[in-house]
Amino acid sequence: MCHTFPALTSDRSSRICSLLYKHGSSMASNSSGSDSSDRQRIAQQRLSVIAGHLQRPVEGNSGILAAECKAQGDKLDVSSERRTVPRRRQEIMKWNGWGYSDSKFLYNKKGQAEFTGKRYRLSGMIIPGLREWMESTFGANLQHKTPAAPILNSSAVQPPTLNEAFLKELKSTGIPFSHDAEDRVFRSHGHCLHEIFALREGKIGRVPDLVVWPNCHNDVVKIVELACKHNVCLMPYGGGTSVSSALECPPEETRSIVSLDTSQMNRILWIDEKNLTAHVEAGIVGQDLERLLNESGYCTGHEPDSMEFSSLGGWVATRASGMKKNIYGNIEDLVVHIKMVTPQGVIEKSCQGPRMSTGPDVHHFIMGSEGTLGVVTEVTMKIRPMPEYQKYGSVVFPNFEMGVACLREVARQRCAPASIRLMDNEQFKFGHALKPQVSSIFTSFLDGLKKFYITKFKGFDPNRLCVATLLFEGDREKVLQHEKQVYDIAAKFGGLAAGEDNGQRGYMLTFVIAYLRDLGMDYYVIGESFETSVPWDRVLDICRNVKARIVRECKDKGVQFPPLSTCRVTQTYDAGACVYFYFAFNYRGLSDPVHVYEQVEHAAREEILANGGSLSHHHGVGKLRKEWMRETISSVGMGMLRSVKDYVDPNNIFGNRNLL
Amino acid sequence: ELKQNVYSIKNVVLKDEEEFTDILEERRCTTDLGYALRTFNPQPYKGAPSSSTSDLKKAVLESQYLRYIIALETGSSVEKVRQEARGILEEMSHNLQLGFIRLMAYTVNKVFKRLFRSIYVNMEGLNMLQQAIQESPVILMPNHRSYVDFLIVSFILFTYDIPIPVIAAGIPLASMKVVGEILRRSGAFFIRRAIGSDKLYWAVLSEYVRTIVRTGCAPLEFYVEGFRSRTLKSVVPKLGMMDMVLEPYFKGEVFDITLVPISISYDRVVEESLLALELLGVPKPKESTTGLFKASRVLQEDYGCMHVNFGRPLSVRQLCEGKINRSEYNLIPRDLPQRPSTEIQDCVNWVAHLIVRTQEEGSLISPWSLMACLLLQAPITTLTEEGLQWHGLTEKTLWLRKLVLDFRGRLNWPDSDVMSSTVALHHSIVHHKAGRVCLVQDGDPASQDPLSPEEGVMRTAAAVLMLVSYRNQALHVFVRPGILATAIHITKSTQKDELFSFFCFLRDVFANEFIFIPGRASQDFDEACSLLQKCGAVHMSEQEVTVLETGLEVLSFLQKLLQPFLDSYQLIFRYLCENGAHVFTEKQFLPAVQNLATKLILSGDLHTFEVLSSDTQKNVLSALRRLEAVTKLRNEYKVNKAAVRRTGDILCKIICDIPVKIKLLFCVRLENFVLFFTLLSLK
Repeated sequence: MCHTFPALTSDRSSRICSLLYKHGSSMASNSSGSDSSDRQRIAQQRLSVIAGHLQRPVEGNSGILAAECKAQGDKLDVSSERRTVPRRRQEIMKWNGWGYSDSKFLYNKKGQAEFTGKRYRLSGMIIPGLREWMESTFGANLQHKTPAAPILNSSAVQPPTLNEAFLKELKSTGIPFSHDAEDRVFRSHGHCLHEIFALREGKIGRVPDLVVWPNCHNDVVKIVELACKHNVCLMPYGGGTSVSSALECPPEETRSIVSLDTSQMNRILWIDEKNLTAHVEAGIVGQDLERLLNESGYCTGHEPDSMEFSSLGGWVATRASGMKKNIYGNIEDLVVHIKMVTPQGVIEKSCQGPRMSTGPDVHHFIMGSEGTLGVVTEVTMKIRPMPEYQKYGSVVFPNFEMGVACLREVARQRCAPASIRLMDNEQFKFGHALKPQVSSIFTSFLDGLKKFYITKFKGFDPNRLCVATLLFEGDREKVLQHEKQVYDIAAKFGGLAAGEDNGQRGYMLTFVIAYLRDLGMDYYVIGESFETSVPWDRVLDICRNVKARIVRECKDKGVQFPPLSTCRVTQTYDAGACVYFYFAFNYRGLSDPVHVYEQVEHAAREEILANGGSLSHHHGVGKLRKEWMRETISSVGMGMLRSVKDYVDPNNIFGNRNLL
Repeated sequence: ELKQNVYSIKNVVLKDEEEFTDILEERRCTTDLGYALRTFNPQPYKGAPSSSTSDLKKAVLESQYLRYIIALETGSSVEKVRQEARGILEEMSHNLQLGFIRLMAYTVNKVFKRLFRSIYVNMEGLNMLQQAIQESPVILMPNHRSYVDFLIVSFILFTYDIPIPVIAAGIPLASMKVVGEILRRSGAFFIRRAIGSDKLYWAVLSEYVRTIVRTGCAPLEFYVEGFRSRTLKSVVPKLGMMDMVLEPYFKGEVFDITLVPISISYDRVVEESLLALELLGVPKPKESTTGLFKASRVLQEDYGCMHVNFGRPLSVRQLCEGKINRSEYNLIPRDLPQRPSTEIQDCVNWVAHLIVRTQEEGSLISPWSLMACLLLQAPITTLTEEGLQWHGLTEKTLWLRKLVLDFRGRLNWPDSDVMSSTVALHHSIVHHKAGRVCLVQDGDPASQDPLSPEEGVMRTAAAVLMLVSYRNQALHVFVRPGILATAIHITKSTQKDELFSFFCFLRDVFANEFIFIPGRASQDFDEACSLLQKCGAVHMSEQEVTVLETGLEVLSFLQKLLQPFLDSYQLIFRYLCENGAHVFTEKQFLPAVQNLATKLILSGDLHTFEVLSSDTQKNVLSALRRLEAVTKLRNEYKVNKAAVRRTGDILCKIICDIPVKIKLLFCVRLENFVLFFTLLSLK
């Protein structure tokens, strides 16, 4: 078996690499040829499944980017040719909306909704139900458009405040940088509603003054040293998918702000098959990591909803959670070793022991530090052989209460599938509206029959029923056994199996929903999602109360149309669940829609906290939720975090002002 | 939308731009049976599951909370305790059935048509209620002035197709033969009077109440005042039930709860004479079915009109906003009992007071109440002997009417011939003859056995207290300006801050007597100032309140209105300091005070009969306990002697003419008391 060797940076790791790279590969090569072709087949299948939406990966355009670090290695990092994220993000991504420039929802000349591009399962399809759903849910109207500013007006961008001394020394290191307006604007925001809304209106606030693209750990060390020397503010930038205002430049910052874009640190440095770990540069985005590991027959199994664009370093810095955490764990369960560059130097552990009793785990100062302490450069992560078999599924419940009771029972029996999510009635309808045009009369006939069976024969109220989507992974046999167990539990709570299709569509929705927001914003509809975690006994209450609070606040704030206020339970734990809320409304008639939106979101968060929910399950705190930190972790807790910050970064070089 | 096509609005009376409809008028035109059998198809709370009474009981018994409490009860086996809990629940549970609602409606309809000329209901309030019921669990909170109003709300809701409430009632009602069961099936559930420290009982009751609120299976009706007011004056709210009702909101089990204050006002209260006797210590007859039939002679009488004013629904969520932090419930499993923080307790207390105040504001003041105010300001001999001049009384009543309007009171002022018809209605209290109005005193005046002087006092007291209770119906309008008028009268000050501190002091002392919303002293003061200014009694400047010549009449009226309270409190303070033992029970205290008061009335040293009322006496005790001058241990009250010694010396230097014992009262809120007594003694 031949493996491509990525470039290596440190002496130690290069020794390990040359000797031990791909630990256990002998075992693999001992296996028969058919076995390895099996692997290939699985890998192929896996590739097609991974985030089922990716029809074809973007072909490489990044060979030119190989810089010193990569040249240092003996071999070329061939795989980097197929990296998703180029240095100039604008080549493939929108500057004022979600995702790829070629993919978006629009209403065609016939007034039908359509999803453009070729990347996703839904690409090129007509979605007949979407228009009516949008009109009836929001009172939106195709006649009332709110188009975005078409191009980024560079003259609206403030000229950069450059620290000449810093710049001069930076140049001498050969690390690529730019102070081009577009590059800077791209790194000035995440995907909060107010951030995107402002961009669509062509409004641009404080943006970083400079963007640098380190290629490896050592580059980061140099940049941080220079930043400390010249008192420059550094803001790490990974995938840019933040929804906590974490990437917003603090307006009070007077120093030159340098955005440290990790996207070019995107190699898998080694894979250790004996211990099932991989050592990866932290700038790699989720889809690349999975794809590359899949090629070797492995996966991390970490699939946050943003995995197309979010980066490993970002996951670590925000304590990310993946859809399939029931099998693979959340980021804190997956990480074995972290290397982070701080103003005080590099922090890392001396070994890769699977668990240690050496005082408080220093990894937990890093995880969730949200870029306030340093830059995560390399991470050793657990990997797993790719699952042999994967199966979607869905269950319809007569009402949300029964659905939650079922999820609770599944958690109690600790038999949750890789993923289990429960959507409420509104989201069920939403999912329905996103059904692409069916190709045959037969399918639509079947759909009609199913509907008849559930609503008329089984007596489910179409305005109350809700659906759980399931994803099973593992050995075929075990999956089928597991599936039966889960469906048996569901039956006790009045659940009816509703097919694989519904399940798969549910998961597809995850990836396209962010695109849908852009469509909404073309027609006066603004919205956002937010999440929390909550003990089991409060799940129903929090869902009901937060949704009701949103509706009431919208009414009080003068929103003319009833809002969409919906939720789903997306993760189950032994002692509670993660709940995700979606909220959107038609803002026609409001003079300051973003302000209204923010007030409602604020009220909703207050409601969450009052009902025993957490400040965040995985989105993080950023600057958006800072005000509640003290009451969340107590004053002493704040002091503890503060003292770490004061020691690690006394001059606030990592000055994004998140968290504290 | 109410079914107005069925029950068209006729006989609309306009009051404060609110429409009151006589619901009896329609009833008088249709058959009772037809009415009782009408289609009843209410729109319930949208989140409510259709659950039967047995579901409710099951949910309560199987609740985590009750299981926890049962497990805590040691001493007997779990099964035995559970059996006991089941027994309590059986005794308590309502058994609401539509059939019995119809029977109730049929009966009540017949009785009400007999008793009352009209029953006026504000349709707008009913409309809002109907809307509210669909949106969140609703708590109906009427005031309680008469047994008659026990089923009035159910009766109205049945008439207008709104879900029938379950009603918290005292356990004595349940023990009435047949009637108890009818009430139970009409939605009443029964609560023991003295629960004390019976934890299991508390647990069953609170879980029962919370389950009703949580599921929203029916509106819940309860009297926040705790019992029927014997004085027709609002009673300081009880918090136990209020706590239970609000807890589901605090714990996030419901999004919101709607409170609907309901003000029921009577022209004439059915049990008026019983009330006065009860207050004088004649025990109230036990509730019994035979007693009910005996009381049927009341059916022969005319009781005028009744007004039921459904207040604007209040959102608990809005009321509590910014007052409490519900996250204090986050760290303990919700099913376990948790002692609420003082913040929450204060909030519950505040909400309860607000409701009672709202009930007061919603109630209608009859001309008779105003006349009672005036009659009580005449010397008692005038009332009992030669009588008060009719002409003067009517003139003054009209004057008072204007003052009430200035004070934003709600009046029930029928257009024609108000005064004489009012007096005619109240022939049991006064009679109007030859241009004079006299107090009617019970008993045969021509009786052979002359009454002893003490008996004479009691006889007059019974009549006076009846009058007092009608005066009390109007008191809430006058209390705040009245206290300011008293402050002006006593302090003789014009300084606003001085008046304010004395105002606060009086407000504090009388907090068991009148309803003051906690923490709103300065608003109350401002309100008092602005009302007195509005009626031209005072002139206000930044620092000063100056009495105007034109305002003397108003100020003197107000000050005289509250004088009986001051006199009563002062007398009881004196009794406690000079005559009373250091440790006493309520049973010893009440007759002793009554004896002393009787003597003083006979000797002409006391001019009010109100101190004879056990209600006043108990209020003084409660006030002193609140002010920590008296402590209560089980049944015994103890006057705080240690405090006397500690403070005695200092006090002696300030005021010398007050007996040492009195000074014990000064241990708390020292300055206020000193000021109070100093000024009283200077008077």
